[in-house]
Amino acid sequence: MVQGTLLALAVLAGCKQTEKVEITTTAAAATPAASKPSDALTVGFLYVGSTKDYGYNQAHAEGAKAVKAMPGVKVLEEENVAETVAVQKSMEGMINLDGAQLIFPTSFGYFDPHILTLAAKYPDVTFLHCGGLYTEGKHPKNVGSYFGYIDEAEYVAGTAAGLTTKTNQLGFIAAKPIPQVLRNINAYALGARSVNPKATVSVIFTGDWSLPVKEAEAANSLIDQGVDVLTAHVDSPKVIVEAAERRNVFSTGYHASQAALAPKGYLTGAEWNWEKIYTAYVTKVKSGQPWDHLVRGGLEEGYVKLSPYGEAVSPDARKKADEAKAGLEAGTLVIFKGPLKSNTGAEILAAGVSRGQTDIELEKMDYLVEGVKGSLE
Amino acid sequence: MTASASVVSDLGTGSRRLGALKERSRGWLEGLLPTLGAIVLSLLLFGVFVALAGHSPLAVYAAMYRGAFGTWFSVQNSLLRAAPLMLTALCTALPARLGLIVIGGEGALVVGGLAAGAVAIPLAGAPPVVVIPAMMAASMLVGGLWIGAAGALKVLRGVNETISSLLLAYIGIALFNHLVEGPLRDPASLNKPSTPDIGAANMLGNLPGLDVHWGLAFGVVLCLVCQLLMEHSVFGFAARMVGGNPRAARLSGLGVPRLVILTCCIGGAAAGLAGMVEVAAIHGKANASLLAGYGYAGILVAFLANHSALGILPVAVLLGGISASGGLLQRTFGLPDATVNVLQGILFVVLLGSQTYRGRVRLRRSPR
Repeated sequence: MVQGTLLALAVLAGCKQTEKVEITTTAAAATPAASKPSDALTVGFLYVGSTKDYGYNQAHAEGAKAVKAMPGVKVLEEENVAETVAVQKSMEGMINLDGAQLIFPTSFGYFDPHILTLAAKYPDVTFLHCGGLYTEGKHPKNVGSYFGYIDEAEYVAGTAAGLTTKTNQLGFIAAKPIPQVLRNINAYALGARSVNPKATVSVIFTGDWSLPVKEAEAANSLIDQGVDVLTAHVDSPKVIVEAAERRNVFSTGYHASQAALAPKGYLTGAEWNWEKIYTAYVTKVKSGQPWDHLVRGGLEEGYVKLSPYGEAVSPDARKKADEAKAGLEAGTLVIFKGPLKSNTGAEILAAGVSRGQTDIELEKMDYLVEGVKGSLE
Repeated sequence: MTASASVVSDLGTGSRRLGALKERSRGWLEGLLPTLGAIVLSLLLFGVFVALAGHSPLAVYAAMYRGAFGTWFSVQNSLLRAAPLMLTALCTALPARLGLIVIGGEGALVVGGLAAGAVAIPLAGAPPVVVIPAMMAASMLVGGLWIGAAGALKVLRGVNETISSLLLAYIGIALFNHLVEGPLRDPASLNKPSTPDIGAANMLGNLPGLDVHWGLAFGVVLCLVCQLLMEHSVFGFAARMVGGNPRAARLSGLGVPRLVILTCCIGGAAAGLAGMVEVAAIHGKANASLLAGYGYAGILVAFLANHSALGILPVAVLLGGISASGGLLQRTFGLPDATVNVLQGILFVVLLGSQTYRGRVRLRRSPR
C-alpha cells in the first residue's frame, strides 16, 4: 500500500547545503559492506503492485530488466506482494527455495519491520531497499538503502508545464501530504513559476497511493476548473494521464514514462532510472567489492531522468527546461532558496538562505509554497 | 448432533450399535462427498486454465504443493498466513449461524488493531504482562462493539446487517486513517504515518519451536472455543434455533435481540484480535499495512467452511497454503500473481455450488 516513495531521516549531516557535488561522497561516508564474490548470483525483486502499472512498480521492473541482461545473474521476481508477513515469507522463499543472495524489496513499507527482521535472520544475504532509510549503527550491516532526488526532475517538468499552459493553471493529484510528496509538488510549482510567474498549481490529495476512481474524478474536476496541464504523485499516474489526453489537455508524468498513453498531450515526466543503481549494486555484490549502505543522487548521478519532450513542448520551452536541467546538474541552480513563502503567507526561507539537495530539513517538509492552491489541513 | 443422539438411543444391543456406527460414518462420508467432489472438479478446471496459459498442470500442482506444504518452511509459511484468516473467518461464521451475513470483518480488524496500538501509548514503560493483555482486551472490545453495532442495528432498527457491516468497515478504515495520520501519529514516522512503536518487549513473538507467531494459537483456540460454544452449549443451541426460524425462537421465549448482538460481538472480537496480532506480532505499530484484506478473505474462509468454527481451521490452512504457493508460481513459471486468485475463485464458486448437493448424495440406495 504505502509504497510511495520517500526519503527519511538519513544520516547526511555534515554536508554543506549547496555543495551538490558532495552527494555521492556522502553516501560513501557510511562504512561500506562487502559480500563474498560469486560466479552465479541469484537476485530477487519484490514489488508491491503490478509491474505493468505505468508507475512506481514498472519503474523498478525496468531496473530489474537491466539486471536480467547481466551475465551470470539469475533474476527472480514477485509482484503484488503485500507489506505484511507475505513479503517476509516471499523473501524467505527466495532465499530458502531458490537460493537468492541479493534481494531488492522495492516498496518503501517493506523496510520496517520486514527487511529488518529478515536481515537479522539471514546475515549472509544482502538486502537493498528503496527509500533511503538506512541508519549507520542502528540497522544490520547486510542492509543498504538508496533513493533519488526526483524533485529535480519535477522542477524541470514544471518549467516545461509552466511554458506550455495557456490558462496558467496546472493541476497536481497527490496521494498523501507527506514530506516526499510535498517536496515534489513544491519543486514542480517552483519550476513552473520560475519561467511563468502567473502560473498556479492546484493540488488534490486523494488519501491513498492507488485509488484510480478518485484519481480520475480529481483529474476531471481540475480540468473543469480550467487546469490545462495535469501531473500526479500516486503509484500509477495512468488514469490521470489518460483522462488528460481524452479531455485534450496536457500532462507530465511520474515514476515511469506514460508517453505511450498520451501521444498528443504528454509533455515530459519525472522518471526514476533504477537501472543505474541496480546494475552498479549487482556488479559490486557479485564481485565481492564493497558496496555503500546509502546511495542517493539526482539528475547529475543519473538516478532520475526526464521523459523525452513531447511534440506539444515548444522549442523555447525545451530550451528553458534544458537550461534548468543543466543548472541542477551543475549544482548552480538550487530549488529551495529564499526568499520563499508558503501559500499561507508564512516565511519559509529568508532572502539569502538556500537549502541544497542534501539538506535534512527538506525531508521534514510540511508546507506548500506560494502559488500552490491547496491546503494541508 | 442428530446422528449422535440416535447412537445414544440405540445402545440396546451390540449389533444394532455397530450398525448405527456404520450408518453414522456413512452419513458423515456422504456429507463430505460433495466437498471432495468440488475440490477435485476445481483442480481439474484450474488445470485447464494452467494448460491454456501454456504450462503443464502437473508441474504447476507439484510446485504449488512444494510451496504450500512440501517443506517445513512451506508448512510454517502456510500456517502463518492461515492465522489471521481463522480469526476474521469467525466474524462471518458465527453470525451466519443465526442467519446473518456479516461481511465487515475488515472494519473490526482495523479498529481492533488501532485500539491495540492506541492503548499501548499510555502504557509505555509498563511490563508486557500488563501491556499485552491490555492490547488484547482493547482490540476485542472495540472489534466486538463494531460488529455488535451492526447486529444491534439489525435487531433494533431492522437495518440489513450485510450492508451496515460493510459500511461500518469503510467508516472504520476512514477513522483509522484519520487517527493514524493525525492525533495518534508518531511524529517520527515521517513518510509512513504510524502510531508509536509498542516496543520490542511487548511483541508477541513466535510459538516455541516454530517460525509462526502466537496469532496461530489464538486462532486455533478461539475456533475450538467457538465450536464448543455453538455446538455444545445452551447458548449455541439457542443461537442455531434463531438461525433456523427466528419467529419460532421468539415464540419459544428466546431473547433473540440479545443472542444476535452477543454473537456479533463475539465475531467482531475475534476479528479485532486479528488486528491486535498484526500490530503486536508483526508491525509493532498500527499503520496502513494493516489494511491487507484479511477481513475480506475471512468471508471466503467462513463460507467454504460452511460456517462451522471447526471447519474454519482446515479451510484457513488450505487458503494459507494456496497463497503461500503463489510466490513460487510467479518465480518458477512466470505465471501472473493473480493465478492463485483464479484457483481461489474457482474453488469458491464450485464449493458453494456443491453445497446444493449436500444430503442428496447417497453411497447406497436408501432402504425405503
